[in-house]
Amino acid sequence: MIRRKLEENFFRILMVLATLIVGGSFFLIVGTIVYKGAPFMNWDMITKIPGGGFYIGKEGGVLNAIIGSLYVAGGATILGLFISIPVAIYINMYLGGKNFIANGLRIAFDVLFGIPSIVYGAFGFLIMVYFGIRASLLGGIVAVTLLVIPILVRTLDEVIRTVPKELRDASLVLGATRWEMSKVIIRQIRPGVFTAILLSFGRAIGDVASVLFTAGFSDNIPTSLHQPAATLPLAIFFQLGSPVEEVQGRAYASALILTVVVLIITVLSSALAKRFSKNNIR
Amino acid sequence: MTNNPHISIQNLNVTIGNQQILKDISINIPNKKVISIIGPSGCGKTTLLKSFNRLLDDTADVKVTGKVLVDNENIYDPNVEVTHIRKKMGLLSQRPYPLPMSIYDNVAYGPRIHGTRKKADLDEIVETQLKATGLWNEVKDRLHAPATRLSIGQQQRLCLARGLAVEPEIILGDESTSALDPVSTSIIEDLFIKLKEKYTIVLVTHILRQARRVSDYIIFVYMGRIIEFGPTEELLLNPREELTKDYVKGFIS
Amino acid sequence: MQFRLIKDKVYSKLMLGLTVLSVSVVLVVGIGLYLKSGPVLEHSSWWTLLSSSQWKPLKGLFGFFSFIMGTLWVTAIAIIIALPLCLLTSFYITEYAPNRVRKILVPFVNLLSGIPPVIFGVWGVLFIIPLIQNHIAPHFVEFSTGYSVLAGGIVLAVMIFPLIVSIVCEVLNTIPRELKDASLALGATKWETIKKVQLRKAKPGIIAATVLAISRAFGETIAVLMVCGNNAVTPHSVFDPGYPLPALIANNYGEMLSIPMYESALMFAALLLFIIILLFNIISRVVLARLERKLAL
Repeated sequence: MIRRKLEENFFRILMVLATLIVGGSFFLIVGTIVYKGAPFMNWDMITKIPGGGFYIGKEGGVLNAIIGSLYVAGGATILGLFISIPVAIYINMYLGGKNFIANGLRIAFDVLFGIPSIVYGAFGFLIMVYFGIRASLLGGIVAVTLLVIPILVRTLDEVIRTVPKELRDASLVLGATRWEMSKVIIRQIRPGVFTAILLSFGRAIGDVASVLFTAGFSDNIPTSLHQPAATLPLAIFFQLGSPVEEVQGRAYASALILTVVVLIITVLSSALAKRFSKNNIR
Repeated sequence: MTNNPHISIQNLNVTIGNQQILKDISINIPNKKVISIIGPSGCGKTTLLKSFNRLLDDTADVKVTGKVLVDNENIYDPNVEVTHIRKKMGLLSQRPYPLPMSIYDNVAYGPRIHGTRKKADLDEIVETQLKATGLWNEVKDRLHAPATRLSIGQQQRLCLARGLAVEPEIILGDESTSALDPVSTSIIEDLFIKLKEKYTIVLVTHILRQARRVSDYIIFVYMGRIIEFGPTEELLLNPREELTKDYVKGFIS
Repeated sequence: MQFRLIKDKVYSKLMLGLTVLSVSVVLVVGIGLYLKSGPVLEHSSWWTLLSSSQWKPLKGLFGFFSFIMGTLWVTAIAIIIALPLCLLTSFYITEYAPNRVRKILVPFVNLLSGIPPVIFGVWGVLFIIPLIQNHIAPHFVEFSTGYSVLAGGIVLAVMIFPLIVSIVCEVLNTIPRELKDASLALGATKWETIKKVQLRKAKPGIIAATVLAISRAFGETIAVLMVCGNNAVTPHSVFDPGYPLPALIANNYGEMLSIPMYESALMFAALLLFIIILLFNIISRVVLARLERKLAL
């Protein structure tokens, strides 16, 4: 009896410890970034592009990278939506959602989701070379679009599946075509689409490996699709490699900016997802 | 009523979330009898049953006040050892839930946990309990096959054997036959009648005919309160309360 | 009326086209990478590429053994650290934690999954590297810069926490309550029930989660690259630096395109990653999908 009780308590303590480590790692990471990044944070960081001698510690900011990241992530998400909404609707409405082909497609998108971004990056670069495109905003957007399509399709698919079957049938019974029904469904899942957008945007803005070869890097804010664009994660990566202390500090500050942006996006999307599911469970 | 109640409940209140499920329940459960708890669905029958072996307070948001005395020991006393209480009672749930292991291991699971290690001892327990539930001849050649391969009726008897293997004093049945076919149901019912020589049996059921067939006493629960408690025939044929009368009539006619 | 029907048909075909196109990305990526790694495959056999640790691009020697071992070391360390921690955490969250604690805990695990890899990398450099260099390594080896497969493994472990915890929790929540009750009613303690019933019942789900985590760890690039040391030698201890495949691609691609064979070799590395991860993903997804169907019944 005593041995059993000891065992129970031992593992209970172990579980609490494990939970503290897993849950605490978030605070440890954010804490470290804030602690190191905050001293180097200033208004210039987010309002100025790199000035002359920025990379040896002179003045300037990472506005170029912030804008570049927004362009890449925004462009990829929009482009991705144009592809993934029809795909999600096709799987659920036209294929009926619950048969062999639909499930096969779902697994295929799950597999696409699992392909590492470095492979998408390398592949994106291959395509660019093939078509003769140089590293540019366009190249970055294309590579990141490949990365976010599976995220968008998976999320949208899940959202559409929460729409009650009765609702679909109701409009079909009225003699609507599947396309007309799909329009009804799209209206129904609007908040879900928003969640998907935020999820995809959050992933896109944080990824390095896919833009490494495809988007290039520039100290200026791109004004056309064919110009190279800096991205925030890449700016962090480059600055961190610098031996100059001031520049390293800016890497921490940039990391802080990225963390804040991504956390806001994550919180927003989970709040939305929660509200969405609340509306749907009758 | 007998002089020494096996389970004695005093002012039991159970709240889940902000809904009060059981209201001021007080009752004495006699020793070595079959007692049926009847009542409309959602009246708190199952909650009452589960309060007997403290399976309730594993769920979050559950608040229990009052006393449940088993052999004069308050099981809601914070110093009491829960596993010890639960060992005294076998639970037979609505559907059979065989543990994900072989037939043999299902029956040996409890004894092993409580310290029986010797193979010979375990073999004996398994054989005895499988015989007690009439399963032995059906499964003796495939004791090490997964328990899920048995039919639903056999699974439920296996679950009963599993419960008996820890040598309980009380058997709790939560609509234990509701998922079974008529033949398996009557086998289980006969088992209950046979087992009351050694055990106190408390059953939740919504089938009045079953309550009448197997039980010595009936508890009628309505909206979280005990409306009436009495010997089976008396309660079914001459109910004292209007509510009981309505319920019994509605079902029998 | 006619027009409506035609419209429906057209849209249907259009969507089918988009679906086929986006799914075929898997094939196109595979084929593209295979074609591009053609030169290096003609030059040396699969076996040589995989088993040789001679990495001298200028002499035309491309042996991936050290990089494969680097990847394996980092991944193995990450799983060894993350799996027990995540299992214990999942059991705590689903079985022990009071509702209030659970409601606070789960969002933070989700937040962790949103943090970008580069941030994990920065954290690794700022926190894990000094920790290993000053506090862990000195107990075991004479000198370590901290940049090691251990650092990569720890950072990766933290990155895959949310993945494993969320899948395992989901699987645990699908186990019927009555099954747990059955074990508890026999007088088993909660831990005994977890060990003997839930763990057994959740095994397929745990395996699938692990396989998924492994494939995620295999492909992770930037965070590992930042802390691993990137030294093209086969690691022999956790304090040795390593050079995983994704880091190899990221560090050299674009620069070395003047040597065609080098580019082809890097494409081969990408192909290798692609194949391994494809296999792992398909296995785990099929297991998970089957599990879902079984539990739905």
